[in-house]
Amino acid sequence: MIIRIEVSPRLPSDDPRSRALLAQICALGIDTPVEARISDLYFLKADLTPEQFDRLGRELLADPVTQVYRVPDSESPCQVIDVVPHPDVTDTVAENLVRSARTLGIEVQAARTGRRYELYGDLSEADLHTIARQLCCNEVIQTYRVEMTKSQIPNPKSQLWSLGFGIWDLGFGYWSLAGAARPATVEIIPLCDLDTAGLVELSRVRRLALDAAEMATIQGYFRREGREPTDAELETLAQTWSEHCSHKTFKGVIDYEERAAGQVVHRERIDGLLRSTIMAATEAAGKPWVHSAFEDNAGIIAFDDQFDLAFKVETHNHPSALEPFGGANTGVGGVIRDILGVSARPIANTDILCFGDQDLPYTELPEGVLHPRRVMSGVVHGIEDYGNKMGIPTVNGAILFHPGYLANPLVYCGCLGLLPQGAHRRDPRPGDVLVVIGGRTGRDGLRGATFSSAELTNETGQIATSAVQIGHPIEEKRMMEAILRARDAGLYTAITDCGAGGLSSAVGEMAAGHGARVHLECVPLKYQGLAPWEIWLSEAQERMVLAIPPANLPAVEKICLDLDVECSSIGEVTDSGRLEVVYGETAVADLDMGFLHKGCPRRELKAVYEHDTDFGTDYTESSVPSVGNPCRALLALLADPNIASKEFIVRRYDHEVQGATVVKPLVGVANDGPSDGAVLKPLVTTGPEAIALGCGINARYGLIDPYAMAVSAVDEAIRNVVALGADPDRVALLDNFCWGNPRLPDRLGGLVRAAKGCYDAAVAYGVPFISGKDSLNNEYTDRRTGESRAIPPTLLISAVGIIPDVSRAVTMDFKEPGNLVYVVGLTRNEALTPTLSQGERGLLQGERGLLQGREPLPSPLGRGAGGEGGEGWPPQAAPEGPTTMRALHRAIRTGLVRACHDCSEGGLAVALAEMCIAGRLGAEIDLGAVPRSEDVVASETILFSESNARFVVEVRPEDAAALEASLSGSPLGSIGTVRSEQRLMISGLRGETIIEVSVERLREIWQREM
Amino acid sequence: MRPKIFILHATGTNRDHEAARACELAGGAPEIVHINQVRAGERRLSDYQMLVLPGGFSYGDDLGAGRLWAIDLLYPLREQLERFMESRRPVIGICNGFQALVKAGLLPGDGQRSTFNVQRSTLTANASGHFECRWVTLQPNPASPCIFTRGVDEPIYCPVAHGEGRFVPRDEATLAAMRAAGQIALTYVAPDGGPADYPDNPNGSVADIAGVCNPAGTVFGLMPHPEDHIYPWQHPRWSRGERGRMGLVLFENGIRYAKNL
Repeated sequence: MIIRIEVSPRLPSDDPRSRALLAQICALGIDTPVEARISDLYFLKADLTPEQFDRLGRELLADPVTQVYRVPDSESPCQVIDVVPHPDVTDTVAENLVRSARTLGIEVQAARTGRRYELYGDLSEADLHTIARQLCCNEVIQTYRVEMTKSQIPNPKSQLWSLGFGIWDLGFGYWSLAGAARPATVEIIPLCDLDTAGLVELSRVRRLALDAAEMATIQGYFRREGREPTDAELETLAQTWSEHCSHKTFKGVIDYEERAAGQVVHRERIDGLLRSTIMAATEAAGKPWVHSAFEDNAGIIAFDDQFDLAFKVETHNHPSALEPFGGANTGVGGVIRDILGVSARPIANTDILCFGDQDLPYTELPEGVLHPRRVMSGVVHGIEDYGNKMGIPTVNGAILFHPGYLANPLVYCGCLGLLPQGAHRRDPRPGDVLVVIGGRTGRDGLRGATFSSAELTNETGQIATSAVQIGHPIEEKRMMEAILRARDAGLYTAITDCGAGGLSSAVGEMAAGHGARVHLECVPLKYQGLAPWEIWLSEAQERMVLAIPPANLPAVEKICLDLDVECSSIGEVTDSGRLEVVYGETAVADLDMGFLHKGCPRRELKAVYEHDTDFGTDYTESSVPSVGNPCRALLALLADPNIASKEFIVRRYDHEVQGATVVKPLVGVANDGPSDGAVLKPLVTTGPEAIALGCGINARYGLIDPYAMAVSAVDEAIRNVVALGADPDRVALLDNFCWGNPRLPDRLGGLVRAAKGCYDAAVAYGVPFISGKDSLNNEYTDRRTGESRAIPPTLLISAVGIIPDVSRAVTMDFKEPGNLVYVVGLTRNEALTPTLSQGERGLLQGERGLLQGREPLPSPLGRGAGGEGGEGWPPQAAPEGPTTMRALHRAIRTGLVRACHDCSEGGLAVALAEMCIAGRLGAEIDLGAVPRSEDVVASETILFSESNARFVVEVRPEDAAALEASLSGSPLGSIGTVRSEQRLMISGLRGETIIEVSVERLREIWQREM
Repeated sequence: MRPKIFILHATGTNRDHEAARACELAGGAPEIVHINQVRAGERRLSDYQMLVLPGGFSYGDDLGAGRLWAIDLLYPLREQLERFMESRRPVIGICNGFQALVKAGLLPGDGQRSTFNVQRSTLTANASGHFECRWVTLQPNPASPCIFTRGVDEPIYCPVAHGEGRFVPRDEATLAAMRAAGQIALTYVAPDGGPADYPDNPNGSVADIAGVCNPAGTVFGLMPHPEDHIYPWQHPRWSRGERGRMGLVLFENGIRYAKNL
C-alpha cells in the first residue's frame, strides 16, 4: 500500500522557510500572497497499522513542538505547488527514513520525499507556474505540479487519492527504474567502414565530443584489432580523451601569433602550453619541498618534519549553471575526493565564485538560464551543505560579479589536506584486488566529462538531466573515515577517486602501468537495470577505488563494516597491459592501456592575440578620468558588490570546525573585517608552523590584457599569504583557468598570453605551481538566436604558504591609536579601476540610487564583453615585488608588524578603509608620502591605482626604525598614523584634505545589504 | 587516574576530534567510539565515567537535526544510557549532541530521575532561516544545578555553527519549570553582558537559551562549541592581545565531577 504523510509547521508564520519564500515571491514582482505554508511530503510503500502510522509521525517525521503530521487534506483552500525529485535523483532522507523505521520495528519497503507549497492569496495559474519554476522546483532534477483551487476538483474523496497517486506517478518512476532488471546487453558500434563525415556524425550523435582526427585514430585502432568497438569501449575512450580528463588544449601543439595594429609582431609554435609555461615555472623554482607537482590528483608540499600538505582546486561550472545547489555540492564533494585520493585528511575548503548581475530584470533573462540570484543562493547553499556536513572548515574565497557570468557562473572549489609524510601509496601490484568503496552506482552523472567539455545551450538543461547530481556528504564523510583508517593501517597500495568517467577512469588510471580486469556484475547498484556501459561510466558520487593486497582485504572489510561503509571487490590488477571489463560471461571492453592513455592524437590549434594599442601610453594628469569627489568615489567602491562585505555568505560556512582556524575569514574588533586569507594550525601538528591560504583573481584585467591578469593574480595570491605571515620562499601556487572555446583562435590567444603571464610572474617570485585545472568551453549559445556569450576569461591563482611561527601571524585590522601607518611597495600609474566608473555612474544617479544598489549597472568593461567601454590600465609586474615581499616577511617574522593588508581592488584607498572598519579606528594619511613612480602625478591615482606588490602596514612607533631598517632598499613610505577618533582623513599631494569620512559611514556602506 | 570519557560517534559526527582534544586538555582519557561498536558489544558505556555527544550532522540532519541520533539513544542505546544517567555520571551534548538529547526527551528532562521523557522542547531552524557560524558570549546561571557550569563566574566565549539551534519550549509552563529548577544553564548575552538581540542571540532562541541541563544538573546540552575554544590562539582577536574565558572550563568541570563520583 502507498501512504502519504504531510508534515507541516504548527505556526506557518513562524517558519523561516515560508518567510523567505514570501520575500522571494515579492522579488519576482508578483503580488505577495497573504500566507505561505511549506510542508514536507513523505510517500511510503508500506502496510501500516494506525498505531504504526502514528508512531512514524510522532517519533520520526514530525517535531512534536513545532510540527504537525497528517494524511493530507482532501481539499485545499489554497493554491498548491507540489515538487518531487526525479526518479533517478538520490533521496537520502528517504533512505534514512526506511532505515530508522526499521529501528522502530516498522517495516517500510521504500520511501520518497517531496515538498508542498500552499499559497493563500490571489495568484493566477501563470503566477503559480512562475513561482514553481523560479523558486520551488528545478526541472533538471525535479518535477512539479500546480493545483489552483478546490473549486476545480469535483470529488473531494477521489481527489485525495488521485492527487496522492498523481504525485506518486511523478515521484515514483523510481519503482519502474528499480523494478526492471534487464539482461546485460553490450552494443557493438560499427565504425571501421565509416568515412570522415560518418565518424564525425557518430561522435555527434553519441555525444562523444571527439573530433575527426580523434575518431580516425580510434577507427585505426579497431581496424588493427580486427573488430568493431563496443559501446563501453567507445564511451571509455571519449571520457578518457575528453578535454575535461586529458586537457587536450594545454597539451596540444599551438601555432601562436601576436598582432599589433594588424601586423604580426610575434610568431611561435608552442609544444604543449602546460609544459612550456606552468610546469616550466615549477622546474625553474626547483624547490625541494615540492613533493608532488602535476603527478597526482593534488599537489603535495612539505609542511613540517612530520606532515605534508595536499592542495587542489577544481571547477564545477556547467553543473552549477543548470542546478546550482547540486552542481556546487558535488563540486565540493569532488575536490574533497581529490584530496582523499592522495591519502590526505581534508582540513580546509576554499570557494571562489563568479556570478552575473544580481539585479538583472527577469525580463532580460535569456532562455534556459537561471537568474543570477537563484544561482548564487543555490551555489552558496550547496557549498555550505557539503563542507559543513563533512566537518571541513570553509576558510577562504572570493565572490565576483560581472554580467559576463550570466549564463556561465564559475564555481571554483578548493580543498587542502594534511597527510603524514610518506603515507600516500601509489604502487598497485598485479594480483591486488580492486575495491570500490563508498556509495552505490546508479544512472547518475553519465557522460559528465564530455558534457563539461561542450558548450551550454538553451537546451542543455533538457538533455543534461543525467549529468547533474545531488551529493551525499554524509556518505563521503564515512567513506573518508574508512579510507583514513585503511591508510593509517597501511592496507592499500593505491587509491584514486571516481570522478569524471567514473570507474572507467579510476581503474584505467590506477592500473595504467599494469592492466586490470573488472567484473561489473560485482559493482553494487542503487537499482537494477543499468547497462554494463552505464555501470562502467557512471559518475555516481562518493565512490573511490582502492588496490588492496589480498591478505589485507579482510582488515579493510572490517573497517568498512564498523563504519557502515559499503565496499566491494570488483576485479584485480593484472600484468596484461590491457583494460578488460566483463559482465558475467559477457565481454564489455578490452582495450590496450597504452592506446587508451597515450593514443589520443595531439591537437593542433591556432591562437592569435591582438595587442590593444589604444590605451596606456598617454596617461597624464589631464587624462585622469575624473573621479569627482574622491570621498564619494571611495564610498562607491566600498558599495560595489565586488568589494562590499561578503559576511552574509561567509557566516553560512562553518569556518571553525576542526579547531585549527587561527586567522579567520572575518577579523577585527567586531569580527567583521575582510581578512587577506586564512591561517590554519591543525591540532595534530606539534611544531610552530602554520598554513596560510590566499587567492588572486581579477577578471576585469583579463578583458583588457590576459597577461596582466595572470601576472596580477599570481602577485595577489602571493601577497595575500605574505600579508598573513607566510614566508614568500615557502609558497606554492595552483592555477585554474576558466575560458571560452579554445578552438576560436582569439580565445586561445588570450589563454596563451595568460599562461605566459603565469610563467613570468611565478619565475620572478621563484614560486612553483603544484597543481591546476582548466575549464574551457565556458560559452553559452542560444540556439534560437545564434547569439554566443563567452565568459570573461578568468584565471584563479590559489596560494598555500607556510608561516614559520604561528605566533607571528598577522591580521589586517588596525590595532592601536598612535601606531604608524606605512605603505610598502611602489604605486604606479595603473589600473584606475573600472569599478570606479561603475560607482561614478551610481553617484551620478544620486547616492540613494547607489546605496540601494537597484540600478542595473552597464557592463563595466566593454572590451571583449560587448558592453560600453570603461577606463582601465591593468597593473603590470612589479619588478621589485620579490625583494619587497622577502623584506616585509623578515619584518613580520621579527614581530614588527601589528597589522598588514594587501592593496588590491580599489587600491590604497579601499585597503585603508577596510583596515579602519575592521579595527573601528581612524587614520590620518598623507598621500604625499606614498612611494610612487615618477609618472604618478594625481592624488586620485595614488588612492585608486591597483599596482601590484603593495601593502599597508601598521607599526608601533618604537618599532618604526627597525621596520625601516628591515625594508631598506624597498619602496617604503610612512604615510600617517592610526587614530582613536573614528575618522579616515586623507590629504592629497597639495596638502589639501581630499577624503574625510567617519569610519561608521564607511562601514555602513561597505556592509549594505546586497 | 584520568577518567575515561566516551565520545559517541554516529555517522556524520564531525567535531569528535576537537571534543577529544578538549577532554585530554581537561584531564580526561577520551575515546571516540562508533555507535556500531556499542551495538556489537565491543564497548560498554558503563566502563566510562563521562559521555560526550559531539557536534556534527548525524545522519545528515535528515528528518530534522538530531532526530535520527535520538532514535539511536531511544532504542539500541536506551538501557545502557539509562543506567549511566541513573548513576549520575555526567553527560554533555554539544550542538548536534544537544539536539539529539532534546529530541530524545532527555533534556530538559522532568523530575529528579534522569530518564527518557516525552519531548517537551525542541531545537528548530534558526530564525534567520539559515546556518550561521559566529562567536557568541554565554552567561552562566549561578543558580543552576548544572555541574558543567558550576563556579564559572564570567561569560564564556566560543563559536556557534548551526542551522537548527533555536530553542523552543513546548509552552510557557515548560519554560517556567525550567527556570524554577535552574535548568537554563547558559544564555546568550551581548558582549557587554546586556540582553542579546540578533546576532548576539544567533538563532532566535526563546529566552536567549543557549544551554540546558536536566533537573539533576548531570545531563547538559548546549548549541555553541566550547571545544573550539580550548587554546588562546583560537580566540578571534588573539592578534589584538585579547583573551576570553575559554570553553575548556566546561570540560574541566565535567571531568572533575566525574573523577569525584
